[in-house]
Amino acid sequence: MGGALAVALEVHIAKRLRDFTLDVSFTATGAPLGILGPSGAGKSMLLRSVAGLVRPDRGRIALNGRVLFESDRRVNVSARDRHIGMLFQHYALFPHLTVAQNVAFGLQDLPRPRRELRLAQALDRTHAAALSDRYPRQISGGEQQRAALARALSIEPQALLLDEPLAALDTHLRSQMETLLQETFAAFERPALVVSHNMEEAYRLAAQLLVLMRGRVVAFGPREEIFLRPPTLEVARLTGCKNFSRARPIAETTVEALDWECRLRTTRPLPAPIAHVGLRAHHIDFVEADGAGLNNENVFPCWLVRSSETPFRVTLYLRLHRAPREGEEPHLQAEVFKEKWERFRTCPLPWHVRLSPDSLFAMPE
Amino acid sequence: MTLMPAVGLIPGVALISAAPMDWSPIRISLETSATATLITLVAGLAAAAWRERRTGPTAVIVDGIFLLPLVLPPTVVGFLLLLLFGRNGPLGQMLLRLGTTVVFSWSATVIAAAVISFPLMYLTARAALEQVDPRLLEAGQTLGASEWRSFRQIALPLAWPGILAGTILSFARALGEFGATLMIAGNIPGRTATIPIAIYFAVEANDVPRAAAWCAIDVVISLVLLAGLYSWSRALPAGRARWAGR
Repeated sequence: MGGALAVALEVHIAKRLRDFTLDVSFTATGAPLGILGPSGAGKSMLLRSVAGLVRPDRGRIALNGRVLFESDRRVNVSARDRHIGMLFQHYALFPHLTVAQNVAFGLQDLPRPRRELRLAQALDRTHAAALSDRYPRQISGGEQQRAALARALSIEPQALLLDEPLAALDTHLRSQMETLLQETFAAFERPALVVSHNMEEAYRLAAQLLVLMRGRVVAFGPREEIFLRPPTLEVARLTGCKNFSRARPIAETTVEALDWECRLRTTRPLPAPIAHVGLRAHHIDFVEADGAGLNNENVFPCWLVRSSETPFRVTLYLRLHRAPREGEEPHLQAEVFKEKWERFRTCPLPWHVRLSPDSLFAMPE
Repeated sequence: MTLMPAVGLIPGVALISAAPMDWSPIRISLETSATATLITLVAGLAAAAWRERRTGPTAVIVDGIFLLPLVLPPTVVGFLLLLLFGRNGPLGQMLLRLGTTVVFSWSATVIAAAVISFPLMYLTARAALEQVDPRLLEAGQTLGASEWRSFRQIALPLAWPGILAGTILSFARALGEFGATLMIAGNIPGRTATIPIAIYFAVEANDVPRAAAWCAIDVVISLVLLAGLYSWSRALPAGRARWAGR
């Protein structure tokens, strides 16, 4: 198998679904891979195909060199022989069995001493030992999650599949579970696919991301890459980007932002053809009205249309170039910390924003 | 069996029946119903488990056949069984070659009761199995369990309350079976005469006290069995109470 970067899981599958075709190709190493996409993008179906719970129409799935599915050779290893641990979205714990019985369910073929050992190890790994004799209904959601994770790990799987592992938990439990999952992945060193529809969750759990939309892979790579330079408008939206403008290239590093009614310089050469430019809300800088920065490139006067506050941040909806008339929509959303906003909120309009050439990204379509 | 005069329960008609009482219908009824229920339990569960994993026209046709005994008058079912198991019927011929025959024997009472009560078992077992979350069975698969093990250790215990209800219904139906039994098993005292058949022939022979006595006995047996099964279901270790978070 070699080092952590060796390819361990190979997936090339196509499956006709009701509204679209799931058509996915990727490889995963011994590190977690986040599978990000909106609801109904085919994420769960992808996971179920890898687990062997559904049969793809065609393609190939191999794990550590062992072929699990290959339509051409009519190979389809059953789910129970794949040795892939799965954490179901709502845990799917057996309600009539205790936590210990749940975790030991996959260990029944082992001789008793080894079974006991593996059970204890699995419960230990997820800090679920104290829950052994409880029934699933008697424990909290976070505890059920730990029990389900222990159960998936008990069979010492060759790969781990997690379907929305944090979605059903409240904020406090979520960060606890996140830590547990990070510990688990660090010790696991085998492929782990983590499905999520929440970009922050996916980002925190996996260094590699695969973005799935309507059954197709629209982005695949290191998470920083995908968040800094989303390849398409859809991916940009999914990764939480709020500001877009249709765009027309003028020169290698100059673009006309049609919706924002301005010309912008970019640091990176523009891809061709370019359809949109985008900028994240927290990348918009405010510059002092009397400072030297006013003459810099990509600096524009702006007027406040409206604002909305969260405990620590404020989102400012801005209109560029001219004071907004009745009914005019804002051009941009900027997100700033409250302390910073307190400093300039009383300054007379117009304020000045800088759309930093480093942060601007272009999206071909 | 002790022979004693039957005591009628309807005052003013006749207090003491003329003929001595033959108690064998109690034994025959209970043995028949118990055996038939055991058969329908296994067959109904197998059929329900089979049907659960299938869709399409075959499944619908099979459904129709399975439910036929519920819809048809028992006499029609009895007649069809007679055609099937009679001397010239396909199954009857086969049994004849094995040197046996079932028509008008105790086995015939069991066959009639089992066929008639099968749809109730099948329907309730299917409904109970459908209630089991399919993801639990999938979880079982990913943990390496065979289908049979998943069925035994996950589906069956979770569907158990429903299956038990089906068993009770089937037993009750088997206990009350009359039409098909009469057609295929007849009225042979000590062999095929169940309580309902004994009642019918008592009435036909104008022996009202005997018929009334059998009716009373039937009511008592039914009540006792239902009460027993009910309390047993409440005490089951895998029952709902165990994992309901109490």
